[in-house]
This record gives sequence, C-alpha cells and structure tokens, in this order.
Amino acid sequence: MSAIKDTKQDRIFKTFNYAFLTVALLIVLYPVIYIVSASISDPNLVSQGKMWLFPKGITFEGYKRVFGNEQIWIGYRNTILYTVLGTAINLAVTLPAAYALARKDFAGRNVIMAMFVFTMFFSGGLIPTYLLVKGLGLVNTIWAMVLPNAAAIWNIIICRVFFQVSIPKELEEAAIMDGCSTTKMFFKIIIPLSTPIIAVMALFYGVGHWNNYFNALIYLSDQNLYPLQLVLRQILVLQEMSSGTAGATAMANKAELAAIIKYAVMIVSTLPIIIVYPFLQRFFVKGVMIGSLKG
Amino acid sequence: MNNNSQATTQQANLDPVAEGVEHEKKVHRIRPKPRPKKKKKKKILQNWELYLFVLPAVLYFAIFHYIPLYGAQIAFKDFIPSEGIWGSPWVGFENFTRFFESYYFWDLIKNTLGISLYSLAVGFPLPIILALALNEVKDNLFKRSVQTITYAPHFISVVVMSGMIIAFLSPATGIINHIIVLFGFDPISFMSDPDWFKTVYVFSDVWQNTGWGTIIYLAALAGVDPQQHEAAIVDGASRWQRIWYINIPALIPTMIILLILNTGNLLAVGFEKILLLQNPLNMESSDVIATFVYRSGILDAQYSFASAVGLFNAVINAILLIAVNQIAKKRSETSLW
Repeated sequence: MSAIKDTKQDRIFKTFNYAFLTVALLIVLYPVIYIVSASISDPNLVSQGKMWLFPKGITFEGYKRVFGNEQIWIGYRNTILYTVLGTAINLAVTLPAAYALARKDFAGRNVIMAMFVFTMFFSGGLIPTYLLVKGLGLVNTIWAMVLPNAAAIWNIIICRVFFQVSIPKELEEAAIMDGCSTTKMFFKIIIPLSTPIIAVMALFYGVGHWNNYFNALIYLSDQNLYPLQLVLRQILVLQEMSSGTAGATAMANKAELAAIIKYAVMIVSTLPIIIVYPFLQRFFVKGVMIGSLKG
Repeated sequence: MNNNSQATTQQANLDPVAEGVEHEKKVHRIRPKPRPKKKKKKKILQNWELYLFVLPAVLYFAIFHYIPLYGAQIAFKDFIPSEGIWGSPWVGFENFTRFFESYYFWDLIKNTLGISLYSLAVGFPLPIILALALNEVKDNLFKRSVQTITYAPHFISVVVMSGMIIAFLSPATGIINHIIVLFGFDPISFMSDPDWFKTVYVFSDVWQNTGWGTIIYLAALAGVDPQQHEAAIVDGASRWQRIWYINIPALIPTMIILLILNTGNLLAVGFEKILLLQNPLNMESSDVIATFVYRSGILDAQYSFASAVGLFNAVINAILLIAVNQIAKKRSETSLW
C-alpha cells in the first residue's frame, strides 16, 4: 500500500487535516488551562484581563477560601455519600437484571425488556415524578438522591449486550451441568468475567451521581443535605447574578469573594473526575461502543 | 467437586438427569402437580432465580416510571393534594387550553424549537467531521491525544459548565470580552442580551460534547473494510474521494439512528443548563417548555397545569420520534424499530 506515493493533493489534505485537528485541540484545551491558571492567579489581574495563559501573581487564596468554607466540606461529604451509595444501588439493580435479560432460557424476557424500553420514550414527566417522590416521603432524605435514579435503561441494555456477546455460552452450560445454581454462577463466574463492563457502569453511574444537581434542587431544602453541585450553584451561578443587579457594598464584597474562589472551586469540584479520567478513559469509550452495537 | 456443588446448591438445574434426583423436592413445593406437557411452566420454575434477579429493576421501573405515567392524569384534573390523584375532580382539557391560549405559549414553542433546531444544525455535523478527520490521522500519539482531550469536557458537570460560561462571558471581567476589546470592539454582555442566549447555549454545548460524540462514528469507521480503501487507492482515488465515497456512506446508518433519537428529543432540550444560565434579562429567549414546567410546577405548585404542559411536550416528542422513524424506514431502511 505504501508503495503508492502520496499525491500532491493528498499532502495538502493531510496538512489541512492536521491543522484542523490542532485548532480543535487548542479550542478545547485553552479554557481548561485558563481555569487552572486563573485559580492560582491574583483575581484582580484575572478580571482585568492581564492573565492570558500562565498564572500571574500566584496566590493560593482561592483554594484557602474554598477549603475554609464549611458548606463546601458538607457538600463534598454529601456528594461522596450519594455517589458511593447511589452507584452501589445502581450496580445491584442493573447487573443482575441485565444478566437475567441476557439469558435466552429466561421466559418473559422480551416482555420485561419491552416494559423497560417503553420508559425510554414515554414518561409521566417532572411533576408526577415529583409528586410521587414527595408522596413516598423521600423529600429531604438521602433516598431522594439515589432511588429515583436507581437504574438507567441504556446501561441495562449495554450490560445485556455485553453478557450476550462476551460470556461464552459453553461456560454457562458447563457450569449448569456441574450443578451450579444461577446465583452461584452469577457471583462466581459472570461477575469475575465482567470486570470491564462493571468498571464502565460504575463510572457512568458514578459520574452521573457526582454531577447530579437537579434531584437535589427539587427534592432537598435542608442545607446539610446539599451535594457539592448545589453548593457550587450558589457560588458560581447565583452570586454572580445578584452582584450584577444589586449595588450594595455587601453584594460587592460577596462578588469579590466569589471572584477569588470561582476558579478554585471549579477545579476542586472536578478534581476527582480529572484524576480518574486518564486511567479510565478507555473504559468509558468501550462502554459507549458496546452501547452502539445493536442491542 | 461435582457432587459437592450439587449438594450445596441444588436449586435451579437445567441438567435433565440431575433434575430428577436433586431437584424434585425443591420444585415439588412450588409446583403441586407436575404435568409432563407444561414446558413453559417448567422453564419458569427452573429459572426462578432469574426472576429474583430482575425483581429490583422491575420494581424500580414500576414505581418510578409507571406510577408517574399513571399520575400524569392529573393533567386532566384539578389536582387537590388532600384528595390525591384519584380523588381530584376531572376538568378535561381545561389545563391544556389555558396553556394554548396563554400569551407566552408561542414564545415557549419558538424558544424550545429554536434552541433544539439550532443545536441540531450545529451540533450534529461537527462530531461527524471531527471523526472523519481523526480517522485520517495515522500518527497514533497525536490521534490519541486529540481524542483524550476532546472527550474530557463531557465529564464537566453542568453547574461548573454554567459557571465557566458566566465567568468567561462576563462583560467587565470575562476573557472573551477581553479578547473582543483587544481587537477594538465593544464588549458584549452575552448573558443579559436575549439575542445571544441561543448561540451561547449551542456553542458551549458544542465545546463540551463534540469530542464525545465522535466515539460512535469512530467505531463505525473502524468497521470499514480496509480492502475497499486499498482497491480505491489502486484505482487512483484521492483521500478526499475515499472519504466522500467510502467513509461517509459507511456512517450513514449511524447518522440516521442518531438523527432519529435527536429528533425525538427535539422538545426536550438540555434544560438543566438553560435553567442555570437563565436570568430575568435573557428570559424572553431562554425560557423553554421544560423550564416553564419547573417554574410553574415545582416553584409555584400549579401541579395540574404544569403536568399538562409537560404532557403536551412529551406527546409532541413521541409523535416526532415515530414520524421521523417512519420516514427513515421508508427512505433508507434504517430505523429504530
């Protein structure tokens, strides 16, 4: 193949292609670098536009404020709790269900699957769901953060496809021949063979819980239950708005404080995901690709 | 070994020989009169554990998806909390007509459709273009770095994303406006100017999700038979021609599926971000059906009215989804079902 030389046209194309991708790369990268730099720069220089790429007038005041803020710690603690508990529930619901639905000898699988998929296209909507959660007495409890999202149909489909495609049927048959029960087979054979998909699921669900703010917004009013995202909303979105309309000095002080901690709080809240992301990126991609198979 | 495991776990057993010996006593309790003909029943009983496996999921979907579906009837009622969903009086289409006749109805429709169509027009082709471009890169290190970095913003939370948008676009202190001023123009107050809202929304979405959107297309491109390309090269096809006549046709089924799914969500724009970016000044172009449902339902507790609005939205979505799927089926034989 390489015996055929690139034509001039192809070389132009290649140059153009690399240029295009480099530009795309820079567009994505620049805001991220900017935030990192801004988080350790003198906020005055940042707001005057004197900081373009590398940090200027290095100060860690922003981080000090963030870590000195009690609300942030409470939010962090709550988010970790919701993420761990929520993901555990997600996995406990998703994996067994997906496995059962993957088994060809499971009578009624199509009916159950159809019942699940139906919810993908038709839902009662926000208000009936809200009234249900309220009626169940979940409002202002941690359960409002984990139960309404106990499973996602898309993830069940991804797992089901994985179990169908990647677990050799002969293995299951052999286990059954040896008198292995379904439960035992699931825990001793299927789970150990499925670590990639379990990792994918844990990540998808985990990121979802970590970033979830809407459940908290509608179901929680107790500040001590607020997850990090809701605390962030107060700092990043609401204060900025109020500082634009009100002129009082208290507001100005608040705005100044917000300016100092704004970028630091973005980094601090995203840090756990930034840390795990490079190691787990491959898994994420795998999950999406399995999901894109016909399922 | 064999006997051991049978002795400890003798529940569901597919082995017909072992069943007669080990399984009988267990099964008998549940099935009083075993009849030879009832194959299906036998199958169900043999796999009783599988039913336990799906039980949590079935309960979850029944409670958190089907009960609200049933509860959606409050759209046709005058919901009185003390009477409950069932006890509240029927009012027919009153809530709907109130919505259709309200002065904000057309604004909401215009904004919702406007934002989704704008997103679709800008956000749909870009991942395809990026995937095609990435697919041409043979240098693995460069390819991998572009991928890793462009996927990453997908994992930024919507709150942080909104915070970034507000910080970057601030008229006095934002970096974007510093750049605009640097080139000698006047700063733009993006967040308080209704004319800018849709663009801000759509392009921030593009920044966040284009890279992630390439994954599916790259997978489809990886499935293209290299022999096709080799044959084309021998026939003297340029790179551009190979992309146009081999790669793009290979992506069409994926494109159609994603287009159908996107159209089905046309009225369900990513409203969490809109809610966060909304302020009184940009309201006239940022208020969409979903944010309106949130405000009138959750904040003002007009449950029946808000449900009606939400239901209207859901029905239109379902109709669009079915229609687009039908069209796709007729024209290209690719469809969701």
